[in-house]
Amino acid sequence: MRVSFALGLALALSALAAALVALVWTPYDTSTLAIAEKLQPPSATHWLGTDHFGRDIASLLMAGAKTSIAVALVAVGIGMGAGVPLGLFAAATRGSLADEVVMRGNDLVFAFPSLVIAILITAVFGPSATNAIIAIGIFNIPVFARVTRGGALSLWTLDFIRAAEVAGKGRVRISAEHILPNILNLLIVQGTIQFSLGILAEAGLSYVGLGAQPPTPSWGRMLAEAQTMVTIAPHVAIFPGLAIVLTVLGLNLLGDGLRDYLDPRSRRAA
Amino acid sequence: MSLIAVRDLSVSIHRRPILAGVTFDLAEGGIFGLVGESGSGKSMTALALMGLLPEGASVAGRAEFGGRDLLTLSERALAGIRGKEIGMIFQEPMTALNPMKTIGDQVAETLLVHRAASRDGAREAARDKLARVGLPADRFPLSLYPHELSGGQRQRVAIAMAIALRPRLLIADEPTTALDVTTQAQILDLLKGLTRDEGMALMLITHDLAVVAGMARQVAVMKGGHIVEEGATETLFRTRAHDYTRRLFAASDHRPVRRPRTRDGSLLSVEHAVREYLLPRPSAFAPHPRLRAVDGVSLTIRPGESVGLVGESGCGKSTLSRAILGLDPLQQGAIRLDGQAVTAGHTMPRALRARMQVVFQDPYGSFNPRQRVGRLVAEPFHLTGTPRDARDRVASALEEVGLSAADMGKYIHEFSGGQRQRIAIARALIIRPDLIVLDEAVSALDVRVRAQVLDLLAALQESHGLAYLFVSHDLSVVRRVTDRVLVMRKGRIVEEGPTEEVFAGPRDPYTQALLAATPTIPEDWKERTHAARD
Repeated sequence: MRVSFALGLALALSALAAALVALVWTPYDTSTLAIAEKLQPPSATHWLGTDHFGRDIASLLMAGAKTSIAVALVAVGIGMGAGVPLGLFAAATRGSLADEVVMRGNDLVFAFPSLVIAILITAVFGPSATNAIIAIGIFNIPVFARVTRGGALSLWTLDFIRAAEVAGKGRVRISAEHILPNILNLLIVQGTIQFSLGILAEAGLSYVGLGAQPPTPSWGRMLAEAQTMVTIAPHVAIFPGLAIVLTVLGLNLLGDGLRDYLDPRSRRAA
Repeated sequence: MSLIAVRDLSVSIHRRPILAGVTFDLAEGGIFGLVGESGSGKSMTALALMGLLPEGASVAGRAEFGGRDLLTLSERALAGIRGKEIGMIFQEPMTALNPMKTIGDQVAETLLVHRAASRDGAREAARDKLARVGLPADRFPLSLYPHELSGGQRQRVAIAMAIALRPRLLIADEPTTALDVTTQAQILDLLKGLTRDEGMALMLITHDLAVVAGMARQVAVMKGGHIVEEGATETLFRTRAHDYTRRLFAASDHRPVRRPRTRDGSLLSVEHAVREYLLPRPSAFAPHPRLRAVDGVSLTIRPGESVGLVGESGCGKSTLSRAILGLDPLQQGAIRLDGQAVTAGHTMPRALRARMQVVFQDPYGSFNPRQRVGRLVAEPFHLTGTPRDARDRVASALEEVGLSAADMGKYIHEFSGGQRQRIAIARALIIRPDLIVLDEAVSALDVRVRAQVLDLLAALQESHGLAYLFVSHDLSVVRRVTDRVLVMRKGRIVEEGPTEEVFAGPRDPYTQALLAATPTIPEDWKERTHAARD
């Protein structure tokens, strides 16, 4: 358990570190083309080789991490920002018409294939990283609303909520003071999972040309551009693919590990 | 001749000693009672015999059963013994059965697993066993699912499963603790009858001395992983050689010194209260059936008075207390606190709300685990506005319930069940209410802790002039701490009056049945305590 948690943490942190470093520095400029040096295999000067424009793949991956993480982070933020209050509200008014409306609205969003909606949004508003964020973010809302409502419902039956009601506290106050802190673990774990799904979704949208537009570097677009060259320069496809796989794997391991770590029962045993 | 001979049974889990040198003999066909408080090791003893100890446990000693040592048998050999030669039932009938399988299949499965019968034979045997435990097939077809049965009926199914193969020993771990008194009496009768008719031995694990007194021929008292005293039940109950046994007895019968200062007038009055719930529709367009949980209840509580509200689960006592606390609205009738109307939600003025507080049963669910005690206890200040000396008042409330001001900085998981209940009392006291609703407030506590909490409640009542509404299913406790008692059944008050009068001469048949079903230690067994005291 511990090993996978540490591995997940290391992978996720290295992706994050790459993105942060890319904010101020990359080994090579990702917007300068050097056609003469195109499709070089990994070497001492270009650790991960170069692409068909002669750009340094390591630099592109770092800059791509920036895009992926920014998109996924903001999308999770949108999902949490809207979904958690909705879920808390639904749980506080459980059984009422309002609860029903919120949850059936959720089902409606769930029922749409997310990628199709994302394509629709980008088709209407034009492809860009911002629209990818909005599309992915919208689909995070029902996920967080459900997790929040589920966790909150079981808490609402406990006596300390009764005691707070006897102390005259209203639903909003109880939700903020007693419910939210007790479902934070759930939300953090769900957050890491949605984060990894967000990275996958961003890569997917960019791959089909609906995400970040050139010259903004993106792992998904790197893969798309590399696919015609897979036979002559496989490294151009392998490294962005690896970046996606390892980051998503890392976040999933981190999520699992956090679930165990944050569970008070497992902590008591430790 | 002994069926099981346990010698020097010791268990430790992750090197922490749980049992040490447990030695006893269980006679064939007899009932052996194992009593003790929570954490004394009584359940661990049973699990050790069944080879069901948790991971990380190491066992030493011997437990001879039919010429074999249970402690050294392989998992395979033990699996052949479990269910077949030793059956076991547990406390919680709600989770002991598989909700996805019919009761007939579950009982038959025991037989099939041990290849004791063909498929048809197993169903036939299941029918017999269920009839034997009081679930005849004409009223309780084998095709019923657990959710269609009550708690007592489920416990009967669990017993039918445990005795399906006529085991020589049945281990019952707190088999009636989760049940109502009348159901408890029936289940205990059933268990007694089974040992008599089937020649089966019963190991009855319980915290309740009165249950053991009525059942077991032999009894052992456990404390901290040891057996402190063992012997024939009556002799042990009369002599109480060991100091711990004496203390346990004193606590289970403890009557706090009360000097009630009931004042005239009415603090709380409930008039013709009706509370209905809508049940799910039986079909899409049918109207919702209604369940009248509280059906025209009237009662009054005077200032400084202790009133008991007793009844079995589902009688409406919790619904009534929720309405009294202003958490649920009534459909008809009125509740007044000192003349002012009690209503649900925001409509009730805070100043009025501040005059009532509550202590719940579950010492574990009563507190937000993420807040420190200081903040937990201060919660009711929401009603009055936080005073400037809030911290001092929290500290003095904690001291008043026997804790210290330093406990303010701790989290709730650092406290035991009894301490938590004290903290709950401190929380209720902090804004100096007139009435505290004690909703099964001592039911989850061990007898000695319960005695202390009852003493505390009596002392606080005297010093603060508090009125208590003592909601409980435990008649013997209500008898010792209340001035007046109300007996509730199916949403109605069937009998009320001064506690001693009602208990000494119950008029309503239901009250009579409740009292008759309450297990008691025979009066003449208790005599020695008086002798010892003189």
